[in-house]
Amino acid sequence: MSAPTDARYKMVERTMKKLGYKRSALIESLHTAQETFGYLDKPALKFIAKRLRLPLAKVYGVATFYHYFRLKPKGEHNVVVCMGTACYIKGAKEILHRLEKRYGIGAGETTEDGKLSLLTARCVGSCSLAPIAICDNKPKGKLTVEDAVENIEKALS
Amino acid sequence: MITTLEELEEIANKKQCENNECREELRVCIGSSCLSLGAKEIEKDLKKSVKDRGIEHRCRVKGVGCNGLCAAGVLVSHYDNESGEEVLYEKITEEDTDKLAKAVESQKPLEEHRSDMSRGFFAKQKKIVLENAGYIDPDDIEDYIAHGGYRALFTTLNDATPMEVISQIKQSGLRGRGGGGYPTGLKWETVAKVDAEKKYIVCNGDEGDPGAFMDRAIMEADPHRVIEGMALAGYACGAAKGYIYVRAEYPTAVEKLNKAIKQANRLGILGNKIADSGFDFELEVRLGGGAFVCGEATALVTSIEGNRGNPRQKPPHLSDHGLWGEPTVLNNVETFANIVPILNNGAQWYRGFGTEKSPGTKVFALTGHIENTGLVEVPMGMKLSELIYDIGGGVSEGRNLKAIQTGGPSGGCIPADMLDLEVDYDSLKKVGSMMGSGGVIVTDDSSNMVEVARFFMEFCKSESCGKCVPCRVGTTEMTDILDKFINKEATKEDFELLKEMCEVVKESSLCGLGQTAPNPVLSTIKYFEEEYIKGIKDD
Ligand SMILES: Cc1cc2nc3c(=O)[nH]c(=O)nc-3n(C[C@H](O)[C@H](O)[C@H](O)COP(=O)(O)O)c2cc1C
Ligand code: FES
Repeated sequence: MSAPTDARYKMVERTMKKLGYKRSALIESLHTAQETFGYLDKPALKFIAKRLRLPLAKVYGVATFYHYFRLKPKGEHNVVVCMGTACYIKGAKEILHRLEKRYGIGAGETTEDGKLSLLTARCVGSCSLAPIAICDNKPKGKLTVEDAVENIEKALS
Repeated sequence: MITTLEELEEIANKKQCENNECREELRVCIGSSCLSLGAKEIEKDLKKSVKDRGIEHRCRVKGVGCNGLCAAGVLVSHYDNESGEEVLYEKITEEDTDKLAKAVESQKPLEEHRSDMSRGFFAKQKKIVLENAGYIDPDDIEDYIAHGGYRALFTTLNDATPMEVISQIKQSGLRGRGGGGYPTGLKWETVAKVDAEKKYIVCNGDEGDPGAFMDRAIMEADPHRVIEGMALAGYACGAAKGYIYVRAEYPTAVEKLNKAIKQANRLGILGNKIADSGFDFELEVRLGGGAFVCGEATALVTSIEGNRGNPRQKPPHLSDHGLWGEPTVLNNVETFANIVPILNNGAQWYRGFGTEKSPGTKVFALTGHIENTGLVEVPMGMKLSELIYDIGGGVSEGRNLKAIQTGGPSGGCIPADMLDLEVDYDSLKKVGSMMGSGGVIVTDDSSNMVEVARFFMEFCKSESCGKCVPCRVGTTEMTDILDKFINKEATKEDFELLKEMCEVVKESSLCGLGQTAPNPVLSTIKYFEEEYIKGIKDD
């Protein structure tokens, strides 16, 4: 396989270079790749494996171990519902259930038209605003179930 | 590049003069909570309003780290450099910015947003770790230096031997703030005594406890304090390289730390021959990937090496065989943040706070059904009732307190009738909970404790790395049994099985995750057994 010609690979290359192409650069490289491409597809994993001289199985193993890495593309819009303790105590479960029902997808899934991904997180570190959801990278705190739906509807329209 | 204490003082003086050019300051909290309420926009608007009113020479607008009272965000403090007077404004929105600028111009406080700073929330706290949070600009190393930063490092490198540093830390009685409470001085001494060419200092900023954000606030509000603490650890233990492992979910903390390291490198505060001594120290940030188990020391180290974060059996301990097989000191963010004040003020001073066995302060994240959600720092040994009522303002919506959960997934629930308990490592352990990293979650009488226990069990189940059987299978089975109780379908045998499993998983798991996973169940059985009984179907 020839090295992908996509210019974005340069970003990943830069991270690997900074860390001297050491095997320990794997996780940092995956982070850069995900940041650049939005998710980790097979060519990206293969590219990293080759450049760091690691077996693809190892790269895949690491990428699947950490929740933060996504192997599937996200939707056009993203909602991350925090399911940490503080948010849970304040009713995050109801919010998630309502959204799952409203959009017909489970947590971690994307609607068929690719418009919306519903994700969950383990505490986003803004517990004093619980319950919280992050709609397209914007944190929305002290949510009610209605607020949550409204926020998404606004983003989708 | 600066090499002497005098040069450091020069920067401090210059910055102080610069700070004093403006008599007043409007400090906008840009901690994570306030940020999500639009603090950045407010900061921008305030800057504009101040300029429009032509008072920018008199009043500077700057962003600062978390002030703590997150429940009342966005917080803006109006500080007078000359008199030291401070007026804190709460619940500021974008609509209020011009009113606020006008208040500064006319010197008439904006009463409707004024926060009462004499109340328990502020009065009962003691800020050591967070002393700079809410005051300094975390993006500006000079502001840190102007507030006494890096003086401890420079004086230590000039005047003290590594063993003297360790002796101070030992005498201070500082215990690790990551949960276990292991004496920090002892940990450092062990590594210092090992003869090895390479050693490492690692900072644990993984903060995996869902419902805690103390370390995040420290890293975001005062990154240099952590860096200075780590450099001092490097000097004391003979390490020339350090890593800060931060969870990827904290992009702001990562950004602030990276920026801070860059600034320190540029000034020669990190790098080769720091302060013209023979000491070199280099720092790098590494990103975690949202795996709770990576907060465990051996898992964290292997994650930095670029692997799946599986923990391993101890011994060998990290002090012999840590990062890349070399002797390693691993401490929590808050532990490192305690080093500078101890060395600046002495071990005896530090022992003046807290209790005999747990000296100093602890930062807690108060959340759940509590009025003043936010970040507080209090002396160790404070009574739970003071923490929840005097500082926390009591249970929200006038409901009744049911339980207080501490220690996250490894901790336990303390019932409302034990409010006299003193909060320190040993007392919490005695009642079946633990200090953990400092998350305090208050639940009111509307909560079902079996569901709370299930929440944590499910968490451990999905976070179990799967390496050892008791943890992998045990947490799955226990989650299923707890479901039966919640659906009121459990049998008496299920109850016995659950208790037995708790013991087995506790005794036989490989790492701390499994060993402590049963704690939330055990403590809720101990104090709220009737709720389990209610889940048993009649036969
Ligand atoms: C499952 C598990 C998760 C942990 N998570 C963290 C964490 O997020 N942050 C932390 O500082 N320590 C965590 N610890 C404790 C660390 O293993 C280690 O004891 C600590 O970081 C040592 O630093 P200290 O002595 O300064 O407390 C965790 C332990 C276990 C078993
Ligand atoms: S639990 Fe949701 S932000 Fe911490």
